[in-house]
Amino acid sequence: MKYYTYYPGCSAEATASPLGISVLPVAKQLDMELVELEDWNCCGSTPYWSVDKLEAAAMAARNLALAEKTGFDLVTPCSNCFVILHSTNEYLKEFPPFREKVGKALAAAKLKYGGGVRVRHLVEVLYTDITPEGIGAKVTKPLKGLKVAAYYGCQLVRPDGFDDPESPHSLDEMVTSLGADAVPWEMKARCCGSSLVMSEPEVALELINKLLKNAERNGAQCLITPCPLCQINLDAYQSQVNSRFGTKYNLPVLFVTQLIGVALGIKPGELALSQNIVSPMRLLSPYL
Amino acid sequence: MTQTTVKSPGTEMAFIDEVCSIPGGEAVRSCIQCGMCTGSCPTANKWDYSPRKAIAMVRAGLREELLSSNSMWFCVSCYSCTVRCPRDIKPADIMHALEIIAIRSGLSTKRSRTPVMYRCFVDSARNYGRVYELGMMIKLFMRTNPFSALKLAPVGLGLFLHKRLPLKPSRIKGISGLKAILDKARALGGAK
Repeated sequence: MKYYTYYPGCSAEATASPLGISVLPVAKQLDMELVELEDWNCCGSTPYWSVDKLEAAAMAARNLALAEKTGFDLVTPCSNCFVILHSTNEYLKEFPPFREKVGKALAAAKLKYGGGVRVRHLVEVLYTDITPEGIGAKVTKPLKGLKVAAYYGCQLVRPDGFDDPESPHSLDEMVTSLGADAVPWEMKARCCGSSLVMSEPEVALELINKLLKNAERNGAQCLITPCPLCQINLDAYQSQVNSRFGTKYNLPVLFVTQLIGVALGIKPGELALSQNIVSPMRLLSPYL
Repeated sequence: MTQTTVKSPGTEMAFIDEVCSIPGGEAVRSCIQCGMCTGSCPTANKWDYSPRKAIAMVRAGLREELLSSNSMWFCVSCYSCTVRCPRDIKPADIMHALEIIAIRSGLSTKRSRTPVMYRCFVDSARNYGRVYELGMMIKLFMRTNPFSALKLAPVGLGLFLHKRLPLKPSRIKGISGLKAILDKARALGGAK
């Protein structure tokens, strides 16, 4: 059994709840003990970094201070939370005056952070600690014949990811270990438009359309991604893309943990498959 | 482009120093204007001034023109520029720094809804310690264009029907401690 402190992030409990729900049974099956960080708060996310950097870092640092007490690596399934918590760690190391101010802010709640937490993305933990072979060994329902486009998005692999920032391969290897076919496609680490989908929908819809087109052209029957925002953009906004561009996409977009869960023989209910907007049920029925 | 304010109003600081005072900002000094950032940016065609130009404008002291433009608000934080920059500048971080200065100076553009969206997000995170997504979206549309919400209503409804849009916010237990941390950070006066 491997032990981790678990940081779900806000989305995993709301708009990305299929992620938050499916992580738990998958981790259990893979002998990972994820202990949720007690009373964690929002990581601050990119918007806070763009409004006030010190407040944003203080917000992230509260989580790091709480996590430090647990003594385990802090693991999050959310790519944006990962970048924010990881970058905060780096900034605190790199800029001593900044660290001092964050320390003073934390002291207002009697907290202290010594810089000792290792922040990790769930995908990196699955790849490095559990390994694709380790996952493959536990597969009970090989996803034979399923063509999957592994979509990494941005923040899993940039700016400081564990995989190649331009042409990553970790998720493809995991897809293969599940018995499925990882389709090669060019846009696997290109941007989905992120939160601009709300403030500048036209810009984001264009980017989403490019991604879906590229995945479909390369024969994908579905996509997988670890990132809450990427999943929402590609899944929940797919119908908007169809009406805006006259396309007819019907591509299920699964969280990586949902697909792993299916191959591990976990029941659809435990993987929240009914919560995906573009239903994956027909496509996955041979494996359920 | 015309050369205007070089000194930042209310300070004796040149614009470039103001940007450099934000952690991660200093690197602008080593830009060689190669354009790799612009070439890598998925939204560069929407920016009033491309990422490369924005960095040149920081160095030229074109403070008001740049801070009131829509440029940095189109940064999607994809970090393609950051991993490709041959001078190890982190252009995405520079854009975040410009957003901070634009908001602080009251210059952030009204032509993009992104500044308002970011504020709504921050309010939500401060009030609850978690992001209350539905509340944030409603606030964003009320503060910008309530009618544009109609277009996105089907998306919201879809998420709601799939149990992905909780109607109520969840608040952390330690909210008073978190507020004390954030108030102290604010009192310490930004990241300088």
